[in-house]
Amino acid sequence: MARSVTTRQKVIATIAAWTVGLIIFFPILYTIITSFKTEPEAIAGFSLIPSGTFENYITVQTQRDYIKPFMNSVVLSVGSTILALIIAVPGAWAMAFSPTKRTKDILMWMLSTKMMPAVAVLVPIYLMFRDFGLLDSRIGLTIMLTLINLPIVIWMLYTYFREIPGEILEASRMDGAGLWQEIVYVLTPMAVPGIASTMLLNIILAWNESFWSIRLTTVEAAPLTAFIASFSSPQGLFWAKLSAASTMAIAPILILGWFSQKQLVRGLTFGAVK
Amino acid sequence: MGSITLKNVSKVFGEAKVIPSVDLEIKDGEFVVFVGPSGSGKSTLLRLIAGLEDVSGGQILINGKDYTNNAPADRGLAMVFQSYALYPHMSVRKNIAFPLKMAKLDQSVIDKKVGDAARILNLTDYLERRPSQLSGGQRQRVAIGRAIVREPSAFLFDEPLSNLDAALRGSMRLEITDLHHQLKTTMVYVTHDQIEAMTMADKIVVLNRGNIEQVGSPMELYKTPRNIFVAGFIGSPRMNLLDGAYAKSKGAHTVGIRPEHVTLSKESGLWKATVSVAEHLGADTFLHLNVDGIGPMTARAGGEFGATYGDTVYVTPDDSKMHRFDDKGLAIASPLTGA
Amino acid sequence: MATQNTKTLARLMMAPSVLLLLVWMVVPLAMTLWFSFQNYNLLDPSNVGFAGTFNYEFFYTDPAFFQSIWNTLVLVLGVLFITVTGGIAIGLLLDQPMFGQGIVRILVISPFFVMPPVAALVWKNMIMHPGYGVFADIARFFGLQPIDWFAQYPLFSIIIIVAWQWLPFATLILLTALQSLDSEQKEAAEMDGANFFNRFIYLVMPHLARSITVVVLIQTIFLLGVYAEILVTTNGGPGYASTNIAFLIYRTALLGYDVGGASAGGIIAVILANIVAFFLMRAVGKNLDR
Repeated sequence: MARSVTTRQKVIATIAAWTVGLIIFFPILYTIITSFKTEPEAIAGFSLIPSGTFENYITVQTQRDYIKPFMNSVVLSVGSTILALIIAVPGAWAMAFSPTKRTKDILMWMLSTKMMPAVAVLVPIYLMFRDFGLLDSRIGLTIMLTLINLPIVIWMLYTYFREIPGEILEASRMDGAGLWQEIVYVLTPMAVPGIASTMLLNIILAWNESFWSIRLTTVEAAPLTAFIASFSSPQGLFWAKLSAASTMAIAPILILGWFSQKQLVRGLTFGAVK
Repeated sequence: MGSITLKNVSKVFGEAKVIPSVDLEIKDGEFVVFVGPSGSGKSTLLRLIAGLEDVSGGQILINGKDYTNNAPADRGLAMVFQSYALYPHMSVRKNIAFPLKMAKLDQSVIDKKVGDAARILNLTDYLERRPSQLSGGQRQRVAIGRAIVREPSAFLFDEPLSNLDAALRGSMRLEITDLHHQLKTTMVYVTHDQIEAMTMADKIVVLNRGNIEQVGSPMELYKTPRNIFVAGFIGSPRMNLLDGAYAKSKGAHTVGIRPEHVTLSKESGLWKATVSVAEHLGADTFLHLNVDGIGPMTARAGGEFGATYGDTVYVTPDDSKMHRFDDKGLAIASPLTGA
Repeated sequence: MATQNTKTLARLMMAPSVLLLLVWMVVPLAMTLWFSFQNYNLLDPSNVGFAGTFNYEFFYTDPAFFQSIWNTLVLVLGVLFITVTGGIAIGLLLDQPMFGQGIVRILVISPFFVMPPVAALVWKNMIMHPGYGVFADIARFFGLQPIDWFAQYPLFSIIIIVAWQWLPFATLILLTALQSLDSEQKEAAEMDGANFFNRFIYLVMPHLARSITVVVLIQTIFLLGVYAEILVTTNGGPGYASTNIAFLIYRTALLGYDVGGASAGGIIAVILANIVAFFLMRAVGKNLDR
């Protein structure tokens, strides 16, 4: 029978899947391993066993000041996410709970702004940033990241809010809850998981954004994406140190990402796949 | 106290006149069932009473006072929804307590009322669980519990049993009827299932396309349906409706014969028929027949009536229980006087 | 109850999002359109004036333009091909019962969370480097001459890196779709005598069709704008061998300081993106009506 899988089939599937999984994960794994090697070890040919030195991590910090871009990444991704949520929550709320004939059109239009290629507006944005003194500033990049992720945030929130059944709101009205009580006791507790998922995914997207964050910053506001991109012409930094810097740049978001797999599908497909 | 009066109530959605105009009197303590096919406006009518929809015209009086434009919460009514509409983030206890909390009652009073409701509904062991940890029947009871703690002047039920399986539906039907006997509060119950209507109601309101076709006790509707729609809707299996020469011979455009109002014989009778399907239920046998010169017909025979596919049987309708309808579908005189 | 009051409130609540996005869309785009008809070079700010369609002609006649259009197409289609076929295959594999499914899922999904510059640098230095990369180690193990990936096959190398980043996305969405396939349908097909291959063609593929469309369209939107991966690996070269439209516009604007030319390129990129967007919106919009 199809449903009662034999142990043999299961073992074959397990071996195949783990092989594929490890191959796909290999570049990340190898980077982490290399970050614990010495520089001579790193270029001495293939090896999965590092000598276990932490020296690279210390060097990256002392030579290149890792903490500064890291803090920039944190401030930019969290800041732009909170800003986007403040703007988007009321809008998504209104569209989900008092939809009009035009709600769908507005949502589609918002989505369409996400499809504008960034390079198309690089010149005017760059010139405006230059004229307003926003180049290489945290505020400027926060505004950019907020704007480019706003459509996704609104969409995700909208799909979550829309799943709150209307009958529950009606029930609370029958139970004597006023508008304010309805919001505090019924709507907010039911909306919080959706808002949290949206926040998580948006932080990941903002953290990894690699066009504006590289082009609009140089030193002061440069997040990790720009910091790492500057390694493309290594000046005294080699494989092991690059690996250490890379590991530190991706580790926090990798862990956040593992927790948000399900929301990822939904968020990035604008609710088209759940 | 819980009388509800609808005066000339109408509801229009955009272009669609969902309810053209309805007048209805619901007495205190009555169990009234709105029944009709989907799209008949029965749920809309209930939601108008609840205040979840604004009326387009007319008045809604509760206990003689005009509540037409009041918010749902002010009307003193409680509602049980089809999906139960339990608050998923609250325990059973908090769900039941919610309307009391909204009414700002003392915690001690709330605890006592929730405890009482839980005892009546056998939920005492489940008070700390979340709705997602309950079965369908238990969720249904929580929804009812949330309604009864408010001691409303009337309960509104919107197809509350449609998400339950057949066995559970049967037992919940009894529980709700029993609850009505205990509380003696007005209940307005919407369903598309005529069995629920027949078994639970003091008074049935049959709706079709937003109009009331007939109002009456279950047996009134069964014995004297006002028109073909009600005749066909109430009773199971459905009444046989026959047109043509036979109807004319009885002085009607259409005659209605319930499956249980015929005599079946294997030897002789008015009509000769062939059995196309025989459903043996034990106590009863339902025969789906093809009657010569008349067409398909359903008949009920006793459980011991041993007919099967292809057999020939003879059918004789009971003229005294025949319903006659004119060309507009309205009942003619009393069926008992049929020729 | 949609009363007049709640409608007004709803409009007020939507106003900030709508206004911000409106400004964000209209202002820079209008400026780009304006610049695209201007003679405007940052190195020569005094010489600014109306240029007619000169910028478009200049961009159009530049051999790099056609090469970059071609490269963009190859990049997008190549990555789509690898990620969709790979995603279906891995999705089918992960849908089987196995030990440690959760961990394998995490391994497979991980590349998506790696920021593009890291992905590009790791592949460039650790994996594809002709001297010290893992591929070179493997080649030497088999006694072969290591390949200098970014010199010999620059565009293909970038396709591999980008595909590695997007494979998890395709896999995750197609796996989600596979898991939503009714198991009774599969059993019914088995009862009807369909073997694995037939089930795949007649049952699984039609079920996946919509998800594949979504994957293709969303990836296309992002793939048209691939930038950081090129910047840190080949920098568009050798020559223009790995320059796509996005990178060409960046080169024209911030390396050539040619605002007019870059703007004309930007408008062309908008038109390209709009063609894709049109189909994506229809796919997503259908879902809203459900």
